[in-house]
Amino acid sequence: MGMTLTEKILSRHAGLDEVRPGMLINAKVDIALGNDITAPIAIDEFRKAGGKEVFDKQKVVLVPDHFAPNKDIDSAEQCKLMRDFAHEQAITHYFEIGEAGVEHALLPEKGIVVPGDVIIGADSHTCTYGALGAFATGVGSTDFAAAMMTGEIWFKVPETMKFVYHGKRRPWVSGKDLILYTIGRIGVDGALYRAMEFTGETIRELPMADRLTMANMAVEAGGKNGIFIPDGITEAYVQGRAERPYEFYNSDPDALYHSTIEIDVAKIELQVAFPHLPSNTKGISEVGDVRIDQSFIGSCTNGRIEDLRVAAEVLRGRHIAPGHRLIIIPATPAVYRQAMQEGLFDIFLDAGGVISLPTCGPCLGGYMGILAKGERSVATTNRNFVGRMGHPESEVYLAGPAVAAATAVAGRLAGPDQL
Amino acid sequence: MKFKGKTWKFGDNIDTDAIIPARYLNIRDPRGLAAHCMEDADSDFMKKMKKGDIIVGGENFGCGSSREHAPIAIKAAGIACVVAKSFARIFYRNSFNMGLPIFESRDLWGQVTEGSEIEVDADGGLIRILGSTAEPIRIQPVPPFMQELIADGGLMNHIAKERVK
Repeated sequence: MGMTLTEKILSRHAGLDEVRPGMLINAKVDIALGNDITAPIAIDEFRKAGGKEVFDKQKVVLVPDHFAPNKDIDSAEQCKLMRDFAHEQAITHYFEIGEAGVEHALLPEKGIVVPGDVIIGADSHTCTYGALGAFATGVGSTDFAAAMMTGEIWFKVPETMKFVYHGKRRPWVSGKDLILYTIGRIGVDGALYRAMEFTGETIRELPMADRLTMANMAVEAGGKNGIFIPDGITEAYVQGRAERPYEFYNSDPDALYHSTIEIDVAKIELQVAFPHLPSNTKGISEVGDVRIDQSFIGSCTNGRIEDLRVAAEVLRGRHIAPGHRLIIIPATPAVYRQAMQEGLFDIFLDAGGVISLPTCGPCLGGYMGILAKGERSVATTNRNFVGRMGHPESEVYLAGPAVAAATAVAGRLAGPDQL
Repeated sequence: MKFKGKTWKFGDNIDTDAIIPARYLNIRDPRGLAAHCMEDADSDFMKKMKKGDIIVGGENFGCGSSREHAPIAIKAAGIACVVAKSFARIFYRNSFNMGLPIFESRDLWGQVTEGSEIEVDADGGLIRILGSTAEPIRIQPVPPFMQELIADGGLMNHIAKERVK
């Protein structure tokens, strides 16, 4: 009996010839990641358990991105604790601000995570790296602490759900729309505990930036990981970046799946997830008249150069609606520089937007764009739970960069074709 | 292990932003986190609840972020245990890893109202609704490996023990 891509990667890292869904395994991790929110608790746990040295200073990655550059005194203390630990342990992949960006945009860009890896991160959107054909999943601080000590982590091998996308994407429709549509269809626990394998003719032609966006939101359907079969697009992306040798795995033709879901992409229009669940999706033609106060373009979901280019295409020669606020946050220093060099900053500034420094910032209601009571933001982020971006009575509408930019111009939910 | 307490009832998809809003994630001290436990789901929760009370949740309890601050806040608030129809994956793992007792029951939610007194008998695998003639409700069994984690006092203690072996 064959195995899925996820099962193959897990079996290899567990030193087993074969694994099956439901098996408990101990897997070696290639990369263990923490940030300024989750690493401090992990460092406390590491020390309490008598940890002296991390298992491999090249394989532990620490990125201050959530509340960094320090947003207040408490955040400064958290960042300092992580920084001191990184220096004490001589962690190779510690990034100070100036080099740091939103972790899940930064690690693939720098080639720190590669195809075939097992990656755990004390951040739920660690599943992003599945875009490269790696097994990547989010864990808590204690799991991260344990992995820092032992280089291993226990997993229950997940069942895999196969998502097959057919047909051509409509204009402006991106990976964000495909994943929002998918979550809308199966629900926020539709893939609970399972692997989500994204395949089909549409996916084979889907650029890496869109794949990263899709894998990023696997957790919003409850998934353990999201994964793509590595191909020529993967090869082109990792070439010249990968820090380590990498391996491409593929699912066997006779692999067993929990279920297969076929999706006709040609029918999918631009998507918006209404408050307060990522599954609460509507096509742009069904959104009605919803006044919006703020548009945020950025985050680990949609803060890459490709996303900023789409936003710029919509905003070129236009201005945001009176009273509207547009916040653009390039996810990494490299994205920032690239956008600047391509002249995108001029377009954003001419449109009346503000460009902020690389940080998770407003996505989780941290800073740089918090909402007041009753305010509404469209955001290219991944969660729209109650209070996610500020006051518990504020609202978040999730969308891709095309809708976020068009909404900024219209001052109400809109796609580029409605301008 | 037996937990007897008053229930606080919540619906489906109670996410970690509701359990501990991200604006408090610059706090690491468990008591500091506990002060804001469930704040965005019920802003008066901490004023109303008493030590030993039990949270009863619907589907996908603890979905969203990986923040361990969520089970830490619940535990430090003095909640004895959480019973939900189902738990989100990372929250489930985190709870066992740091020693917050959680139990899956699909049937309890529909049979209690807020304030009902229940007794969770972890060893017997049963939940009793006190002052009710209803049959005890069976808890979904905890996988053996997770039982081992609880017996060892959480993941880090488990690892320390394994290292000695």
